[in-house]
Amino acid sequence: MSRQSLTKAHAKISELTWEPTFATPATKFGTDYTFEKAPKKDPLKQIMRSYFPMEEEKDNRVFGAMDGAIRGNMFRQVQQRWMEWQKLFLSIIPFPEISAARAMPLAIDAVPNPEIHNGLAVQMIDEVRHSTIQMNLKKLYMNNYIDPAGFDMTEKAFANNYAGTIGRQFGEGFITGDAITAANIYLTVVAETAFTNTLFVAMPDEAAANGDYLLPTVFHSVQSDESRHISNGYSILLMALADERNRPLLERDMRYAWWNNHCVVDAAIGTFIEYGTKDRRKDRESYAEMWQRWIYDDYYRSYLLPLEKYGLVIPHDLVEEAWNRITKKFYVHEVARFFATGWPVNYWRIDGMTDADFEWFEDKYPGWYARFGKWWEAYNRLKYPGKNKPIAFEDVGYEYPHRCWTCMVPALIREDMVVDKVDGQWRTYCSETCAWTDTTAFRPEYQGRETPNMGRLTGAREWETLHHGKDLADIIKDLGYVRDDGKTLIPQPHLDLDDPKKLWTLDDVRGIPFGSPNVTLNQMTDAERDAWAASYRANKNVSV
Amino acid sequence: MVDTTVPKTRSFPKIEFTDSEAGAKEFPSSKSRTYSYYKPAKLRSTMYEDVTVDVQPDPDRHLTQGWLYGFGDGPGGYPVEWTKAVSTNWHAFLDPNEEWEQTIYRNNAAVVRQVSLCLDNAKRARAYSHWTPTWSTFIARNLGAWMHVENGLALHVFTPANRQGPTNMINTSLCVAAAHKMRFAQDLALFNLDLSEADIAFDGSVHKDVWQNAPEWQPTRQLVEEITAVHDWGEQVFATSIVLEQLVGQLFRSELVMQIAARNGDYVTPTIVGTGENDYARDLAGSRALFKMLTRDEQHGAANKVLFEGWLATWVPKAIAAARALQPIWSQPAEKTITFATSFDAAQEKFRQLLDEIGLDTPKELDR
Ligand SMILES: [Fe+2]
Ligand SMILES: [Fe+2]
Ligand SMILES: [Zn+2]
Repeated sequence: MSRQSLTKAHAKISELTWEPTFATPATKFGTDYTFEKAPKKDPLKQIMRSYFPMEEEKDNRVFGAMDGAIRGNMFRQVQQRWMEWQKLFLSIIPFPEISAARAMPLAIDAVPNPEIHNGLAVQMIDEVRHSTIQMNLKKLYMNNYIDPAGFDMTEKAFANNYAGTIGRQFGEGFITGDAITAANIYLTVVAETAFTNTLFVAMPDEAAANGDYLLPTVFHSVQSDESRHISNGYSILLMALADERNRPLLERDMRYAWWNNHCVVDAAIGTFIEYGTKDRRKDRESYAEMWQRWIYDDYYRSYLLPLEKYGLVIPHDLVEEAWNRITKKFYVHEVARFFATGWPVNYWRIDGMTDADFEWFEDKYPGWYARFGKWWEAYNRLKYPGKNKPIAFEDVGYEYPHRCWTCMVPALIREDMVVDKVDGQWRTYCSETCAWTDTTAFRPEYQGRETPNMGRLTGAREWETLHHGKDLADIIKDLGYVRDDGKTLIPQPHLDLDDPKKLWTLDDVRGIPFGSPNVTLNQMTDAERDAWAASYRANKNVSV
Repeated sequence: MVDTTVPKTRSFPKIEFTDSEAGAKEFPSSKSRTYSYYKPAKLRSTMYEDVTVDVQPDPDRHLTQGWLYGFGDGPGGYPVEWTKAVSTNWHAFLDPNEEWEQTIYRNNAAVVRQVSLCLDNAKRARAYSHWTPTWSTFIARNLGAWMHVENGLALHVFTPANRQGPTNMINTSLCVAAAHKMRFAQDLALFNLDLSEADIAFDGSVHKDVWQNAPEWQPTRQLVEEITAVHDWGEQVFATSIVLEQLVGQLFRSELVMQIAARNGDYVTPTIVGTGENDYARDLAGSRALFKMLTRDEQHGAANKVLFEGWLATWVPKAIAAARALQPIWSQPAEKTITFATSFDAAQEKFRQLLDEIGLDTPKELDR
């Protein structure tokens, strides 16, 4: 279509909306934002007549690549270290995708500009595409990769696992609470605009380096829809900025959304990229370097900073602190070690780190070996059953962390841990900002103003509480993380499949009691708790 | 920040032979190659089920920690209370069209190709040149008014319902219905644009006034607006798919436009409107299956029937009023090959059949 006829087509399509006079569409999802003074902003418009064939064409390429990968025996060259983490990642990601679809009516409800409704409705369909195309990719992995265990129970595992839950809040953040907080700031302005680059571009690159070129095919195709979504979000953001009354809410939501995305996405994707790869070329970008490029330069400097002149208060301090956590506070490495500590309650296998990995980590993150080297050596030493318990239950100088009530990643940067009595319960947080998110942001009042539409933190947010006092073998059995012989565990702390004696079974983990740190915390006296908090923050958790 | 300005030497990851393909080794679960967390409806799971079931978790299924966020005034997640209809197992609903990514784009792209081809041919063949002024007025006014219906229902019924339904299967089928209606509405609008640019007398903007003010269309607009104002997604979908679409949508599209266009020298309109009919047939298969599941629910079937009969009592009179108000447009075309009474009888007959399939009694208004 020529530009002129495209303009005419858009104008004609906008004639489809009208001013209702008998009744107005129900407001189903509330917001505390106001858009009365909002200027009409035109996002990228989409004509369905070009949209469907364009997407079909993209799909054909994806499906062609899938056939090709199977015919070309791609799985003869994929790294198991990498594929195992996909059992976690691909169990999580279809849910945020479908949640993004379900989030679109929130945004449509909140923004009274019909010009933008069309673009949001198209995004809704895109997101169904993303969710189902990813489920299909996972099915292909299950069918063609050497070890299908974990892929085969994917959605159940996602729904009952501590790591699945960390990911789940990401998707739930799109669909619940204040419509603009959820569907605009959290989903589009932060998750899609900032973090899809690490999710859908950086991570697929790493997949390719590990012999998997299907993940890049699918995820680059997914990412190619994102520019439209980003444009939707940007239009709404500008409209929101036009009304002074929205500015404190925008400031609140940028802080919450930025920090929660950082906590969750950097934890997961950082771990996949740094610990799921076998590619240890020195000139391979580290996650920190990727982050600098995609998030710091492309997002923070190029996208966020220019919005300052429209009155957006940018959480500069939190951007810097996220960078600080990734580089100096070893955030990703702590998360990876935590995942590996918890291997018996995972539904994937985690490969140990070797000398080649140590060398690369030390090069990219100076000081890494002193902090983590001995622990990973212990992990390798304890990887087979028989003589020892799983590493979490052996003394390797690692203290199991408390969970952050907000982001649900544990408080791994121990000196930053916050403990507070909130809603009658002692809770721990990984950081000041996560504490603020619970105590201040997700509340019906903010800075003396009513915010009845703001969401609430709900649910059994500390996974360990559900299993407090149970036997580890029973927990694993109840979760269903057992292979089809009824006894061998799905998770293993190594990749050796040739010798059955090397595979842990329920018998190897029976008799190990499991406890919840939060339950214990709530039983402490004030004095005990103070002492505990001081020692928690002081413990560097370095194995020697 | 790290300095990344140092020039890089090119290097590439080493590809290694790992023999990590299925069947390379035997060990526990090495043959476990089906999704094990749900029971497929038939012996083997379908692609649709595999990519849809349980993607949206549910505390009634495998979700153990509950929903992590709530709304300011109520629980989060996908509360079943968002409709008054009740099911012992909402997850039993499977979309009979088995829509997922591939079907959505294949089907809609095929429709796009069909419509584009038809419009291109019509332009080349100067197909509009022998339209009578009465026919072009009929299309400008009435098909022009109708495109608003499709767009309004797409954005304010099916789109919000895709957030409100309790399961992934229900929500995706509603989302596809929204996509259909949006595409169809746009196709009608772009057809209107083509006609405005064709060398005939055609008023491309009269549709706005007709929809907003013409007496024959006001009860229809009122019906649409009132449906969009309903909070209960089940009632919205029922009022739309079961009532409005049957008594007004099919009446206008199948029983009028499709019947008389050819006689008025127009072969383009039926092609486009036919795609909308086809979409509706697909979407109806979904909503029929949904409401049938609810009336047949062992525990709640009887209560659901009472509920649906209440919905019929609310919406049928409004839909009949909308239908009857449209009567004058039956006499607008030069070639009147069908009477309103015939069309309306046919629409009512199909409606009765549909209600019968769902297991609902015919409301008294219909028998009059
Ligand atoms: Fe997406
Ligand atoms: Fe997106
Ligand atoms: Zn946190």
